[in-house]
Amino acid sequence: MSVLVFAESPGGKLKKSAFEAVTYGKKVADALGTDLVALTCGPAENAGVLGKYGAAKVLNAADGLSSFDSQCFAAAIAQAAEQSGANVVVLSHNSYGKSLAGRVAVKLSASCVSGVTSVPSTDGGFMVKKNVFSGKAVAEYDLQASNKVLSVMPNTFPPEETGAEVAVETISVNLPAARITVKEVKTVEGSVPLPEAELVVSAGRGLKGPENWGMVEELAGLIGAATACSRPVADVGWRPHHEHVGQTGVAIRPNLYIAIGISGAIQHLAGVNSSKTIVVINKDPEAPFFKAADYGIVGDAFDVVPRLIESMKTFKAGQN
Amino acid sequence: MKFLVCISKTPDTTTKIGFVEGNTRFDTDKVQYIMNPYDEWYALVRAMELKESGGGSVTVVNVGPASNDAIIRKALAIGADDAVRINADDSDSFFVASQIAAYAKDNAFDVILAGKETIDYNGSEVPSMIAELLDMPFVSYASSLEMAGNEATIARDIEGGKEVVAVQTPFVVSAAKGMAEQRIPNMRGIMMAKKKPLQVIEPVGVTTSTKISSYALPPAKSDVRMVDPENMDELVQLLHNEAKVI
Ligand SMILES: Cc1cc2nc3c(=O)[nH]c(=O)nc-3n(C[C@H](O)[C@H](O)[C@H](O)COP(=O)(O)OP(=O)(O)OC[C@H]3O[C@@H](n4cnc5c(N)ncnc54)[C@H](O)[C@@H]3O)c2cc1C
Ligand SMILES: Nc1ncnc2c1ncn2[C@@H]1O[C@H](COP(=O)(O)O)[C@@H](O)[C@H]1O
Repeated sequence: MSVLVFAESPGGKLKKSAFEAVTYGKKVADALGTDLVALTCGPAENAGVLGKYGAAKVLNAADGLSSFDSQCFAAAIAQAAEQSGANVVVLSHNSYGKSLAGRVAVKLSASCVSGVTSVPSTDGGFMVKKNVFSGKAVAEYDLQASNKVLSVMPNTFPPEETGAEVAVETISVNLPAARITVKEVKTVEGSVPLPEAELVVSAGRGLKGPENWGMVEELAGLIGAATACSRPVADVGWRPHHEHVGQTGVAIRPNLYIAIGISGAIQHLAGVNSSKTIVVINKDPEAPFFKAADYGIVGDAFDVVPRLIESMKTFKAGQN
Repeated sequence: MKFLVCISKTPDTTTKIGFVEGNTRFDTDKVQYIMNPYDEWYALVRAMELKESGGGSVTVVNVGPASNDAIIRKALAIGADDAVRINADDSDSFFVASQIAAYAKDNAFDVILAGKETIDYNGSEVPSMIAELLDMPFVSYASSLEMAGNEATIARDIEGGKEVVAVQTPFVVSAAKGMAEQRIPNMRGIMMAKKKPLQVIEPVGVTTSTKISSYALPPAKSDVRMVDPENMDELVQLLHNEAKVI
């Protein structure tokens, strides 16, 4: 018995989500009283470092996995699980994990729960929690098959160093022929990807027009936050679509979500209500968002945000 | 091209969520149901568009009880040619995927479209399971889908950007925002939908192994703390010392 974590390394680099998944996997392994094995697929620089986050062993399946095809990756993960006697497989609930969890579960005849937010409780079964109904409730799932596949919600288990670096072992796996050709990967250089961001500054229709986003970007830049927006703002093209958060956009759970000139419609909240701390800036004291906020500021964004930027600058200067 | 679109039923987002029987069952009383938005707005409409430009047929499939027929008729009103309902409760993702895969296996679809996730249980599991059961390639979270002959070019959302991939039919794809624009069924569509075939088939035997044992509402938020708009230094201090997020 062991727990296997798939640690992703797009472009050869381990991602924050990989460290989070390994940290979570270690907690699962501890709960089951067993060891954690980490698997990287394709190029993965410095993968031995996963040992620090709790992997007793780090495996690498290299050949044929340099670009992403869910069939090939799922085959590698399932075989690595079999080779290491793992009956629990952990993935990240992100663009990789969402393509893989179901596939790996079918291969291993496993019970599958995606977007998990708790360490399994093992008295009287194997139970994990996840948010359902777009964050309006929490459900506890009972996984009854002997094999289990869990994908862990991003930004839920911050990376924790508990061990030491280990050597990487290469494994060989049989892969099907790749049937997906990756033609292009476009990522926004230098900025924080929204689903991974710990801090997010978001704005809505209250900002009146795209020309007013300078202050949003300035505030975000100051604190190293990603920028986001409400749906109508993306729909009219003031901001790019990938910034749209909510029920139909991206769901996020950062440590801090600052909402500027957003009314707080239920469909918007569905994507952000799991944020740990919510700050709402709105000129309407009756805006529904205040009910979901931790800190509220009633005021005109065009006065408040520049003032917040100044205060933040002073604070940052004091920290250095 | 033969398109199969998987459609599911979900409570409307504005539904008040409650539970019964000692918090072990979702309270379906007074719940307003809709077609899962990703299935309706993106997967179904894109399949329609591709059929309109390149020919073929669009079949919708749902795994669910007879009460789902209203949603299925809506899909027909939007423009699907025919529908199949697999008559069973959707007990878990594997059960649903197995039913759809068993049906699809005998019907040689070129493209199987699903939504990126259902907005109730937010699984994102069914489409990848269908792909695995049918040994087909799978592209998740697609924000555009173009077809040229048997080859599809698909852009999919990844963290902080996009990935563009090419794949040959047959394949499974799950749809995210951007793939198409919502279509509102018109009167003619609604009338025609009544005459379109809706076939009901019985499920194949599948053992399920995942179940929800209990529900809870998220912990109540403590009251909002109002900060003076003139005093943003205070907000910064609260975020630093109290919330400890900066
Ligand atoms: C099925 C469905 C799905 C949807 N999915 C999403 C989704 O995923 N994400 C999403 O965001 N929305 C979604 N919506 C839309 C949602 O219902 C709201 O319409 C939308 O979130 C409103 O955006 P907003 O808050 O930016 O704009 P508005 O509702 O127009 O609110 C603007 C706010 O700004 C405030 N304001 C105005 N001027 C100022 C100022 N100078 N200073 C400070 N505050 C100011 C106003 O008081 C107001 O509260 C969906 C709707 C439906 C029906
Ligand atoms: N009962 C169902 N019948 C048909 N399709 C379904 C059903 N449940 C889920 N799907 C499809 O699978 C997608 C993802 O669902 P899920 O994996 O449950 O999040 C949905 O958007 C639908 O396209």
